[in-house]
Amino acid sequence: MHGRPRKAYKPEEEAASAAKAAKLRSLQFQFMSNHHNKIYTKEAVDLSTKLLEINPEAYTAWNYRKLAVEDKLSRIESDPDLVKTILDEELTVVESALRQNFKSYGAWHHRKWVLGKGHSSVGNELRLLDKFQKLDTRNFHAWNYRRFVVELTNRSEQDELQYTDAMIGSDFSNYSAWHNRSVLLSSLLARKADGFLPNKKIPDEYKLVQNAIFTDEDDQSGWFYHLWLLDQTVNVETPLLTSSWPSHGSRINLSAGCLNDSFSESGSFPLILYFDQAVGGVSSSTVTIDTELKGNEDLVWEPVSKKNSQVSCVWVARLKYISSEPCFGKEYKVKVKIGNSPGIVSSRGCNFSASYEFVFTAHVHDTVEESSQEGIVSWTDGFDIWDAESKDLNALTTLDRSNAQMDSKWRQEAIAEEIDLFRELPDSKIGKLTLARLLMAKAMISDDAVKGVHYNEILELYKDLMALDSSHYQYYKDVHSVALLRKVTSSTEDLSGHLFRCRNMNNSVCLRLNNLSLSRIASVEKLLFVQMLDLSHNELHSTEGLGNATSLLPKSESQQNPEFFSSGLTQTSETAESVGCFTQPHR
Amino acid sequence: MSSSSSSFQMGQLVADKHVRYVLMSEKKKESFESVVMDHLRMNGAYWGLTTLDLLDKLGSVSVDEVISWLMTCQHESGGFAGNTGHDPHVLYTLSAVQILALFDKLDILDVGKVSSYVAGLQNEDGSFSGDIWGEVDTRFSYIAICCLSILKCLDKINVEKAVDYIVSCKNLDGGFGCTPGAESHAGQIFCCVGALAITGSLHHVDKDLLGWWLCERQVKSGGLNGRPEKLPDVCYSWWVLSSLIMIDRVHWIDKAKLVKFILDCQDLENGGISDRPDDAVDIFHTYFGVAGLSLLEYPGVKAIDPAYALPVDVINRILLTKGTQMVF
Repeated sequence: MHGRPRKAYKPEEEAASAAKAAKLRSLQFQFMSNHHNKIYTKEAVDLSTKLLEINPEAYTAWNYRKLAVEDKLSRIESDPDLVKTILDEELTVVESALRQNFKSYGAWHHRKWVLGKGHSSVGNELRLLDKFQKLDTRNFHAWNYRRFVVELTNRSEQDELQYTDAMIGSDFSNYSAWHNRSVLLSSLLARKADGFLPNKKIPDEYKLVQNAIFTDEDDQSGWFYHLWLLDQTVNVETPLLTSSWPSHGSRINLSAGCLNDSFSESGSFPLILYFDQAVGGVSSSTVTIDTELKGNEDLVWEPVSKKNSQVSCVWVARLKYISSEPCFGKEYKVKVKIGNSPGIVSSRGCNFSASYEFVFTAHVHDTVEESSQEGIVSWTDGFDIWDAESKDLNALTTLDRSNAQMDSKWRQEAIAEEIDLFRELPDSKIGKLTLARLLMAKAMISDDAVKGVHYNEILELYKDLMALDSSHYQYYKDVHSVALLRKVTSSTEDLSGHLFRCRNMNNSVCLRLNNLSLSRIASVEKLLFVQMLDLSHNELHSTEGLGNATSLLPKSESQQNPEFFSSGLTQTSETAESVGCFTQPHR
Repeated sequence: MSSSSSSFQMGQLVADKHVRYVLMSEKKKESFESVVMDHLRMNGAYWGLTTLDLLDKLGSVSVDEVISWLMTCQHESGGFAGNTGHDPHVLYTLSAVQILALFDKLDILDVGKVSSYVAGLQNEDGSFSGDIWGEVDTRFSYIAICCLSILKCLDKINVEKAVDYIVSCKNLDGGFGCTPGAESHAGQIFCCVGALAITGSLHHVDKDLLGWWLCERQVKSGGLNGRPEKLPDVCYSWWVLSSLIMIDRVHWIDKAKLVKFILDCQDLENGGISDRPDDAVDIFHTYFGVAGLSLLEYPGVKAIDPAYALPVDVINRILLTKGTQMVF
């Protein structure tokens, strides 16, 4: 079905084909008769051998052979020599079928089935594998079978790692070998096997994969392995807190009185914790709240997740407040402490070990709400410059910095070395792409001073790639948008340039990200304090990335959903106009 | 989407010739190539009939003839074989169900029996065997989930465990293989992503990581390969493309170039589509080429559902009929 040249058959060829077909038909007919009548004589079984030699894909014949084997085994008195003979015969048939078609699922499975009967010789199997893997180093049936034999015979991961060493050494262009290596290595690293600590092993692997990337700049064999190494270098296993709402040092306004129809004097507001990976175990014992607001001793924390999952990146609890003095505003400090007691664990089993503390102020007052939620927002005027001294932004960077301290030296050195190396790769797609990713990794673990420089270079590299590899233009555009948003949200200085207060909407905090050619939304977890978001005049492909945010945004005390206006989200790159604006009706 | 429409003028879909090719293949059974594929005629029928439906020519075949042959392939166990006389297997059971769906004749099935056959093949760890002989592969996970979803019997299996098993086959490059630890391959990725889509579990996929792996399947000629450093092949126009659509990353490839590649694989004289330009055509690649063009919204081809691999109107029809669980 693959790789056969297109040509018209000459009459003699057609005749020969018809003759072969007739012969095969007759074989199949006889075979079916034997199979349906459960005839397992030597003659009948030999017929199936002939059939499988011509057509190893005739799956029913493999089933028949299994039945024949089981029939034979039931007749002999488990004499080990006889068993061996019977099973050896099967292994021979498989081998000859594989020579006909070494990608036959039926043949490989039959071999596994035979080996499952307890008759195995590691040496034989590995020799067979060697033959087939040399014929085609990418034959995934062989690689899968290899993993099967390895598991059956308890061969060590270290030995198998050496095998991939040999394969890669003889030909770096072997994605299958790199893949196998990644599976073995990640297992050895995860269980901290002897000699497999990331700080030594990962730098070694970088050196190994360099050859694969630099020898032929178009060969993809090493690309994904390198990306995995970068991921291992950058990603800290232990979960971290990315952001919260309310954030440290902020002041939120809550009104009591005219809340519900029943005119009661209490309400609640959400407290949101955003982690960098899915965690479980967030509860009133692992997160302590220290405040005068009554009724908050045993908060119920819930994960924001699909389908009753008990883990999530985002956790929410509702803090109650009571207005006991209707006419006067009162300020309450709320101190939140996380990580003092153990119990928060990532879905990968790592304990949340850092300890965070943040404080915000809740101002409870009695104002009647102005109903100005309806109506069109004017984007041309009514915006005041954001006060750059605002504490909201400081909170952002504080969390970033304490996260950055978790990095160890080897990570920074590995990334620095790789950056130097990749700067030497001239004008190649993979060179630029990898450099951009390395710089992004460096930006993530650097402090503010250097971040800005890195982000500018990253954005330039993605622009270059849009021109260099135009087939993947939209991919580079998306990652460019992600990088741009990371840049905007990474420092107080960058962010404050986009922040305004909207006079018409109660001086709401508005983040204006219009006209940035954004095709993708990201870094939304850093923007929980934003009340209005202007995404107009961009090229957004979808609202993916925003979803979490809109569901998190503090709902009004009357439980109204935040309004999200979006008109004209189109997918064409030409008329790229999308207007997205949502308001948080909280006070 | 490409900003220029001139790419569609570069080549042309010779739909009528492909229809003729499909109808002819259905009849021609005496070449060696045909006999050697005898055991998977059920798959071939699904490929051919879906191609006809996508080109709006399903009416050219005799429904009764197809269905009476199809029912001879069903076993006592409820499963279907690849052809009369062969053993049952999920591969052919799904194709049989899909064919009946095309003809809107699912009601002739004893749904309880077929679904029990499929559900009975789920293993302890959530994986699925292809048949009683125990071969395990994520292809069979997809097949079981797709089949039971069409029959609205997804609640007959342990969906959570099925999803867990599929997730255990996720690789470090974001892709999926046949079994845990197996290399990522576009065909397996389609199966896993499709199964996760049908069960509402796409949040387990790292869309950006997998999206990049998938979009890098597009080679210089515009065609798609199935994994790194392999040759492009029209069948990956389906497996890679449908996967990209399901994870909302199809804009990461050059669609116009892919259309051109598929059109270049046509046999403009005799009809049919091949794996690569100038190779021999076959039903398999004809279906995947047309299905790929459908996903690329090529004019004159009906829309196809990327997860179920059936025309959208067929799926809508099923959605609207009564039943318990189609989507989990």
